[in-house]
Amino acid sequence: MSQFIFLMNNFLRKQNFWFVFTPYFWLILFFFIPLALIFKISISVSEWGMPPYRDFIDFSDGGIKINSTLSNYAFIFSDSFYLRSFLNSLSLAFTSTLICLFIGYPIAFYVAKSKENIRNLLLILLIIPFWTSFLLRVYAWKVILQGSGIINVILMKLGFINEPISMLYNQYTVILGVVYTYLPFMILPLYGYLVKFDLNLINASNDLGAKPLKTFIRVILPLSLPGIIAGSMLVFIPVVGEFVIPELLGGSDKLYFGKIIWDEFFVNRDWPIASALAMSGILILVIPIIIFQLMFAKYNFKNE
Amino acid sequence: MNKSLLKIITLAIGFMFLYFPILTLIAYSFNENKRVMLWKGFSLKWYGKLFQNEQIIEAFLISIKVASLSATFATILGVMIGYSLTRISKIPARPFFIFLSSSPLVMPEIILGLSLLLFFISSNHLIGFPSSKGQLTVLISHITFSVAFVAIIIQSRLSSYDKNIEEAAQDLGTLPNKIFWKITAPVIFPSIVSGWLLAFTLSLDDLVVASFTNGPGANTLPIVVFSKVRLGLSPEVNALSAIIMLIVIIAAVFYYLINRSNIKK
Amino acid sequence: MSNSFLEIKGVSKKFGNIVALDNINLDISKSELFSLLGSSGCGKSTLLRIIAGFEKPDSGKIFLDGEDITLLPPYLRPLNMMFQNYALFPHLNVKKNIEFGLKEERHNNDEINLRVKDIISLLELDGLEKRKIFEISGGQQQRVALARCLVKKPKLLLLDEPLAALDKKLRVQTQFELVNLQYKLGITFIIVTHDQEEAMSLSDRMAIMKSGKVLQTGNPVEVYEKPINEYVANFIGTANIFNIKEISKNFLIEELNIKIDLPKNAQMFQKCLIRPEKISIKKINSNNTTEKCTGVVKEVAYLGSYTKYLVESNNFQFYSFMQNREISERLKIKWDDLVECSWNNESIYFFNE
Repeated sequence: MSQFIFLMNNFLRKQNFWFVFTPYFWLILFFFIPLALIFKISISVSEWGMPPYRDFIDFSDGGIKINSTLSNYAFIFSDSFYLRSFLNSLSLAFTSTLICLFIGYPIAFYVAKSKENIRNLLLILLIIPFWTSFLLRVYAWKVILQGSGIINVILMKLGFINEPISMLYNQYTVILGVVYTYLPFMILPLYGYLVKFDLNLINASNDLGAKPLKTFIRVILPLSLPGIIAGSMLVFIPVVGEFVIPELLGGSDKLYFGKIIWDEFFVNRDWPIASALAMSGILILVIPIIIFQLMFAKYNFKNE
Repeated sequence: MNKSLLKIITLAIGFMFLYFPILTLIAYSFNENKRVMLWKGFSLKWYGKLFQNEQIIEAFLISIKVASLSATFATILGVMIGYSLTRISKIPARPFFIFLSSSPLVMPEIILGLSLLLFFISSNHLIGFPSSKGQLTVLISHITFSVAFVAIIIQSRLSSYDKNIEEAAQDLGTLPNKIFWKITAPVIFPSIVSGWLLAFTLSLDDLVVASFTNGPGANTLPIVVFSKVRLGLSPEVNALSAIIMLIVIIAAVFYYLINRSNIKK
Repeated sequence: MSNSFLEIKGVSKKFGNIVALDNINLDISKSELFSLLGSSGCGKSTLLRIIAGFEKPDSGKIFLDGEDITLLPPYLRPLNMMFQNYALFPHLNVKKNIEFGLKEERHNNDEINLRVKDIISLLELDGLEKRKIFEISGGQQQRVALARCLVKKPKLLLLDEPLAALDKKLRVQTQFELVNLQYKLGITFIIVTHDQEEAMSLSDRMAIMKSGKVLQTGNPVEVYEKPINEYVANFIGTANIFNIKEISKNFLIEELNIKIDLPKNAQMFQKCLIRPEKISIKKINSNNTTEKCTGVVKEVAYLGSYTKYLVESNNFQFYSFMQNREISERLKIKWDDLVECSWNNESIYFFNE
């Protein structure tokens, strides 16, 4: 009998082992090593050829020579062009996150507070755009805002304008496109938190003398903070690296971080610079966010 | 009274904003005119053109293939992660594992795409694998960024459900190694399905990572569509949007009906 | 104007087609501890929510201290409610929860701190001020919820199943504390509960509700000893209810076929109630009388201070509860024993259905 238990245990351990090991291995191989590679290339010296950078360790002269440099970083931080594009991306992400929050919060709030059968229907209506191709939703705005697009046609019919005005290819269309495509990412997590919200807490606050607006500020808002943060993260982070929307709807008035990496890589074929840009992005943006999330995890209330 | 009016107006404007562009696109897909915007009359001509466009059809098939494979593998790996993090206490370098399994969520796709491409090139130089960029490299990349999303869904389901039922099963004589298959997996099955669907959508929707990691014979649908609409408008793409919308709406209606019957039970 | 403190006049409420409250009229005096008692779905919680202002009645009015509060929103009503699961704010600590309502009243900080401190020591919550809600026990949560209301010095405190979430022992202890507190502060309490024992031990007066109607109001003794109908009799405590039959000027308890003397004014009644503790039983060896009620013991449940007997007589079963005053083998009645049952005529309560 004890032998049997021992064998059983052993087998269980094996199953556990594979459960942990398989994804662990996958993520190290295809996520961690590639990131480490970016770091390695970002401190490599660029040169013509394939791959377009010098080997890290060079044996060619008979001795060992390590070709490593911080000059790529020095270069991107000295040229205000890169810094500006990064700041453009940050400000785009910040503005559109804020707009998404302002539009998304009331929608999520009212959907969450609807009666159950209506709520399920509204939820499906929220999810449909989320499932519809991201690219096509951006493209839709290109169609709408064209010179002969529907907005211009309506404005001309109403007599506000005599000839089509150009509405495409500027920073505002980019914000519009970002807000439009990322709005569901804001609404859905907010909804997730608001729908779990105990209505008695609102009643209790009213009962204790807080008027509706005060109740919102003192009870509803702080309790939906986790949802606000989750939604904002889902909008802010991808928008900083966003490439497609500026490419389709943006003009030459502002350059964005994603586009710069893309061009450095595909157009200039300067891998070390592209890697240094990506690495800087990780250091400036991703690491603080991970730290923030780890800290925020403590701020999770246990709602019974 | 006033409150519910405010609610209806807010929701009406909100949903109009969400649906107006999509519906416009569908309306224009029936436009006879080649110049997308000028209305000339109702026609199904662009649907015909769309189905004759071999490039789009091929890309569509590749996308479906890559997305379903990627979703399947990502779901398997994601379930493993979710189960490991909630049920297995002894994981070597656990914080590192948590970091690995959650940081793809916060990694901009352009950086992911770039890192994977550089990785594939280097690995090709070192060990000759993968021999070339193609569907396999796109598939690997899609699995990698989808895993984190599936894992988070599974994890939240596993940590919210009553562990007692697993213990009850043991108490009733289920062997430990069967618990996962007999108890855990069926209970979290709805989450597994939604995880799969999310991974499928993510893969089908991805342009940036696929652009970095694709090669000959691996042009996914977003890549083809992007090349068509980058510089101008394309009536065929309008027709494609309408079809995709239709599929999504049918799926959504099914989802709604299934959900509703579940609630009634 | 009547001298009642809270006056509920003809309040009705429907949810869709379901009648939740049907023409409720209640008068509650100042400093009274009043219970609304009924099984779930009887409308007691709806009535409480209407008093608190979370629901508007379809018709009827509510006066508090002579003022019509029917249309006032909850945040303007000078009363507070303690919620069933307390509805404490999970993002605030104990102290912040307690001072929440005071902050809406624009007191200066010193006053707020003083009042919070007083209520914290009154409810023995000292030392917990900085704790989060999920870091304190259920009993402590209950006291925080109470403190959060009482610190506002409400004219009226509504309590929705205040003890339901506590375990049995704590519940009994808290019952007494609640009564003491109410007596000390003199605030009018309205308690909603489904637990008849709780209502009996807490209330000055109580209202028994069923299907949106108030069946009876009265103090616990009245309601227990003189229930208005069979439902109330059964709802409060255990009831033995018999039909009365008249045969040639004699009155019989129909089920037992036993003659009884009716008080003079009782001729018109058709039913009578004899509470189990008013029936005493005695072991006998053989059944040789038809005058007295005899029966066979079918079940015995020893409950410490008293013992429950289920007696079958004339094919009808009823209960007798006997105090266990002595331990004596001689007195011990067992399963299947033949017993003689007796009661005082004054212990019989007559009523009509």
